[in-house]
Amino acid sequence: MDFSFSEEQTLLRNTIQSFLQDNYDFDSRKAIIQSEDGMSKENWQQLAELGLLGVPFSEADGGLDFGPVETMIVAEEFGKGLVIEPYIQTVVTCGGFLRRASESQRQEHLSKIISGEEIWAFAHAEPQGRFNLSDIKVNASKNNDEYSLNGHKCVVSGAPWAQKLIVSARTSGDQSDKDGISLFIVDKSAEGVSLRDYKTVDGSMASEVTFENVKIDSSSIIGEEGKAYDLIELVVDETIAALCAEAIGAMSVLNDATVEYCKTRKQFGQPIGKFQVLQHRMVDMFMQYEQSVSMTYMVNLKLSEDELERRKAASGAKVQICNASKFIGQSAVQLHGGMGMTDELNVGHYFKRLAMIETQFGNADHHLKKYSSAS
Amino acid sequence: MDLEFTKSDQEFREEVRQFIANNFSQPNASGQNIEKYHEVTSDQMKEGILEWHKTLYKKGWLAPHWPEEYGGVDWSITQRYIWDQECANAGTTPLIPFGLTMLGPVIIAYGNDHQKDWVLKGILSGEDWWCQGYSEPGAGSDLASLRTKAEKVGDHYIVNGHKIWTTLAQYADWMFCLVRTSSDGKPQEGISFLLIDMKTPGIDVKPIITVDGGHEVNEVFLEDVKVPVENLVGEENMGWTIAKFLLGNERTGIAGVARSKKAISRLKEIANAEYNDGKPLMVDPSFNQKVTELEVELTALEYTELRTLAKESKGEGPGAESSILKIKGTEIQQKISELTLEAIGNYASPYLTPLSVRSFGSNYPEVGPDYSQGVAQNYFGMRKTSIYGGSNEIQRNIIAKMVLGL
Ligand SMILES: Cc1cc2nc3c(=O)[nH]c(=O)nc-3n(C[C@H](O)[C@H](O)[C@H](O)COP(=O)(O)OP(=O)(O)OC[C@H]3O[C@@H](n4cnc5c(N)ncnc54)[C@H](O)[C@@H]3O)c2cc1C
Repeated sequence: MDFSFSEEQTLLRNTIQSFLQDNYDFDSRKAIIQSEDGMSKENWQQLAELGLLGVPFSEADGGLDFGPVETMIVAEEFGKGLVIEPYIQTVVTCGGFLRRASESQRQEHLSKIISGEEIWAFAHAEPQGRFNLSDIKVNASKNNDEYSLNGHKCVVSGAPWAQKLIVSARTSGDQSDKDGISLFIVDKSAEGVSLRDYKTVDGSMASEVTFENVKIDSSSIIGEEGKAYDLIELVVDETIAALCAEAIGAMSVLNDATVEYCKTRKQFGQPIGKFQVLQHRMVDMFMQYEQSVSMTYMVNLKLSEDELERRKAASGAKVQICNASKFIGQSAVQLHGGMGMTDELNVGHYFKRLAMIETQFGNADHHLKKYSSAS
Repeated sequence: MDLEFTKSDQEFREEVRQFIANNFSQPNASGQNIEKYHEVTSDQMKEGILEWHKTLYKKGWLAPHWPEEYGGVDWSITQRYIWDQECANAGTTPLIPFGLTMLGPVIIAYGNDHQKDWVLKGILSGEDWWCQGYSEPGAGSDLASLRTKAEKVGDHYIVNGHKIWTTLAQYADWMFCLVRTSSDGKPQEGISFLLIDMKTPGIDVKPIITVDGGHEVNEVFLEDVKVPVENLVGEENMGWTIAKFLLGNERTGIAGVARSKKAISRLKEIANAEYNDGKPLMVDPSFNQKVTELEVELTALEYTELRTLAKESKGEGPGAESSILKIKGTEIQQKISELTLEAIGNYASPYLTPLSVRSFGSNYPEVGPDYSQGVAQNYFGMRKTSIYGGSNEIQRNIIAKMVLGL
């Protein structure tokens, strides 16, 4: 058993840290959010040049051939920097699907992701479906060699920046059947695709996406028709593992900032960190963080285990991360007093991102149930 | 001891309900945060908030907690309770507390006749919008360490200093302000309570944007601001006594039981409309339990508040136990906002304003159900309630010291 990082992994971490130091201080991030695009294309290109967009892909596909631990390192560092650019959406989620796609699909698409030419987004959630990955009404009906796609996907993270979407759609079965779900690669500019783009509360962007008789060639299906559910669950678990890593990055910044603030902020003639009730709160924040780190390592190490074990690991980790995100986010604001409520200080921004990670791909209640049913 | 509503209470409820139905209409947006919907100008926003205030002023129902001779209403605590409930149920615009709840009672208790006349009149008519100038960058929880200085020069005070977190100062005509008039003795002993005209030269108001994107609080800079000595309330250096009196009143108002009840029923409506695995979220056992627990806790708070009010009506004015109302009231409000955020699922994340959503064009889907609008911002914004009005840590310190004698 060993929880240490290799030299190569430490190097990777250092590379990201220095990239963030040079490009992603709080003011630059703010400027990126307020810019026309809402993200930085230049940063995206830099990520490509650093090889980061190729982390999980095989050498044959042009990637770095790294595993979950490396993805975890990237996501954790991005969490510390509150990075807006859609790394998890493109590389971990959509990349996760494409890694398992056919030879010709990999050849066609992966090089464009790795080079930074294309951003991708995963359109899965539907208004009635909440966090249930199989509650799908968006429908793809087959006619000869073509599918026709219809329906509405909601809150598609990163879609405003994307060129391509991966869409989960029903090709047979009832609304929440696990059987009969297929995955399609859809060009965002295809006829019949409309997007209503908007900002999200954590500074990112998302879209409501509707499909109206969108024609899709049958060569754009990932895997077998109607059999995509297991793959979706796998890739979502990988995404959850990366989100957990992002969350612990954000938590560590909040905890450090809070401890630092309590050491310097004086009231009643002493640093507020001298008040025992605040000390205990910070100790609880610290413990929540450590527990979250443990669960994040655990899930990332278990992603390649059998399905049941993996699902349990992902849901367990997400429960811990949801609870810790809430506690740490709220406590950090509280201990900063009025300053914690301001847009000017970074604390509120980390708090908001953590609150959104809580709901992404299922909140604590959802994953408690999944965990229990996998036990 | 009884919990009955008398026949006349019932009639009162009917009368109040009718009055609200006939006289209240929702302004174009609700609550204190509407300015972030930038289509609303600052003046319109102020107008919107004051509309209900003015309606109540005309009716004579604006200040139930003031003595009748000063423009209050002779209502029993039961009637006040009914009034709060009915207003909450109808979702009436919250009244701005700075004049009505905070300064009014101070002037009634400590003001001279001249102040009683002009200050109370201006509050009631809505002509004077007041803001609270207590906190400073270095003096938050430790309010007594405040440094904004007032020096007496002839028949004026010259005020210099820096106030912060001043809620809605951007609309204010006046500020009641704690200033340092002496540095002798304990810090509490050199503080005075001044009324400052916001139009006086030397006052600069700068906005602070909060995490929810709203402009509610401000910094107020004071540089050689001339304040006539007749604007001193009470005597010089007795400001701390007045400040404590005021904070006691601020705390009771903060429980917000009736509005929390309304918010819980709204939460249930939302959870009934949201689907989870094909069934309404409200029937999901774990979600249902969380809402139910909150409801029980709110009931407990309701009766704690009624007990406090009953004591108060017998002249046993709010003691330190009113801190319970502040702590529990705000914790419940925060929890409601948290569960509401949880209820709307994926639609937690869009950052929209109600006006921009609707005007996007018919080819595009709407972004989430109406009830999801602003829910996340509200959750973020509600974090303030355990910080302001004396933070919940400070309230616990007060109970520990004053009630438990620790
Ligand atoms: C939205 C908003 C509106 C406001 N409106 C107004 C207004 O209109 N007018 C006005 O004058 N002020 C206003 N305030 C200011 C508010 O009263 C202060 O924020 C509050 O008193 C806390 O002070 P602080 O922000 O300096 O935090 P600090 O006092 O620095 O506190 C930081 C943290 O330390 C804790 N702490 C401090 N002392 C102790 C202790 N002895 N024991 C344990 N814990 C302790 C606090 O609870 C808090 O968690 C507002 C604040 C907010 C957020």
